[in-house]
Amino acid sequence: MELIEIKNCYKVYNNGVTAIADLNLKIDKGEFVFVIGASGSGKSTLIKMLYREEKPTNGSVFVGGINVAKLRNAKVFKLRRKLGIVFQDFKLLPKLTVFENVAFALESIGIQKKEIRPKVIKALENVGLKDKMRSFPNQLSGGEQQRVCIARAMVNEPKLLICDEPTGNLDPDISKEIVDILDKINKESGTTIIMATHDRDIVNKMKKRVLLLQNGVLVSDDKKGSYKVHEGN
Amino acid sequence: MKAIRILSRGIRDAFKSVIRNFSLSTAAITCSSITLILVAVAMIISYNVNHITNDLEKELTIVVYLKQTCAEEQKEEFKNKLEMMKNNNVEEYKYKSKDEWKLEMKEYSDTFSTALDYLDTNPLLDSVTIYVKDVNLLKETTDEIKQLDYVESADYGEGMAENLVKVFDIIEKVTIIIVLALVLVTAFLIGNTIRLTIFSRRNEIEIMRLVGASNTSIRLPFLFEGLFLGILGSIIPILITVYGYVLLYDHFNGYLFTQIIRLTEPFNFILNVSGILLVIGAIIGMFGSYHAVRKYLKI
Repeated sequence: MELIEIKNCYKVYNNGVTAIADLNLKIDKGEFVFVIGASGSGKSTLIKMLYREEKPTNGSVFVGGINVAKLRNAKVFKLRRKLGIVFQDFKLLPKLTVFENVAFALESIGIQKKEIRPKVIKALENVGLKDKMRSFPNQLSGGEQQRVCIARAMVNEPKLLICDEPTGNLDPDISKEIVDILDKINKESGTTIIMATHDRDIVNKMKKRVLLLQNGVLVSDDKKGSYKVHEGN
Repeated sequence: MKAIRILSRGIRDAFKSVIRNFSLSTAAITCSSITLILVAVAMIISYNVNHITNDLEKELTIVVYLKQTCAEEQKEEFKNKLEMMKNNNVEEYKYKSKDEWKLEMKEYSDTFSTALDYLDTNPLLDSVTIYVKDVNLLKETTDEIKQLDYVESADYGEGMAENLVKVFDIIEKVTIIIVLALVLVTAFLIGNTIRLTIFSRRNEIEIMRLVGASNTSIRLPFLFEGLFLGILGSIIPILITVYGYVLLYDHFNGYLFTQIIRLTEPFNFILNVSGILLVIGAIIGMFGSYHAVRKYLKI
């Protein structure tokens, strides 16, 4: 069954730039998908449409049965509760500890206090940061901060994890570590993962489904793709 | 249960924010206090002017003197006409015959009494005092009565009293406009303060939006913050109204300049004004912050 179904989707920004043109795409539950492409190819737009930071200009984007194109601003939270988002710049709150940062996500959606603590600890255990839960974000390395971000995205046990260049700010070894965590999450809990990236080493090593975007057009959809294959394009 | 949790979290966060941004909150509270004091003053003036105008309007009457030659049946006719005019502008009338006037004047002074005794006929005139419903139609009603041929004269307090009512009417309208303008200014000030506290928390709001917090639960703390600021801002104006107006009233003994201009009694009146101030403070605080948060809920 498809978790994501995109039909005839167009996105034209107000300044006239066409970021996505006639995109048709299906992603099943439990898949691990890389979205690659040069800067300005529309991969960030695609990712942003999945959690409705951007709305498609035309066509439909279904995520878990919700049509993002028709989702009103006041109802966006219903979509976001079904998914977790990992950002390139982490978006952690500097004044809160690691524990509080993860708990913040649950508090914000009104989960009961006594339920919060075990969930947060479990999420931090999964990313191997339980012993750092009293630290503040600025006391952690980049890789550790990204792991906190993953823990926060996963704490509510979403069916879909959206990663917008999660390794963009990290060195290759740490990047590998982050992708291994994502792979583990994908395998253990069956969470669908969509990851936009520039990192050819990771894409080549993982042998997962790869979507290649060029100037807003999906030029290839390869079940066991790699970056090198597309280099000639 | 969930609603209560979100509500209590909103109140807690609002308190925290008011205390954390102490200087900013103080600025907002001071600003709204000052504007609300002006609102209170304007309200007191407006209410009193209204009160005084009503009092004065009750004093405005038309005095009609009937001609010496007026026959009994014409007097009856006039009374009937006034009865009919009750459908129009006549509220009530009092008839006083020349004999009654004579008796009254005799009691008033001995000189008059002796002078009147020397005359065979009564030189005085029958009179009717007419109270009207609408003071603004005073002139028209008077003119209508003047046209009757058995009427010697019909007069109302042309000039002074009439002009006074007009002036008060203008004062009342102006104060209402001032009150409205001040209310808007206060809403703007509180909104601006909240905007600053929101600006310092915009990352927090962004993350709340991204992890799936509903707009209501994001907005709630700021609404409460606006509410607190508005209520805190109305405390000083309320105290000033209560103590200030009672002092003022006692100082003037309830009259302004002359016995005619009576001030409104302080009790109930100041309680109403205080209540209105509190409600204005609370509403504009919430309205201001509601407006300020909106921009940040579109991520």
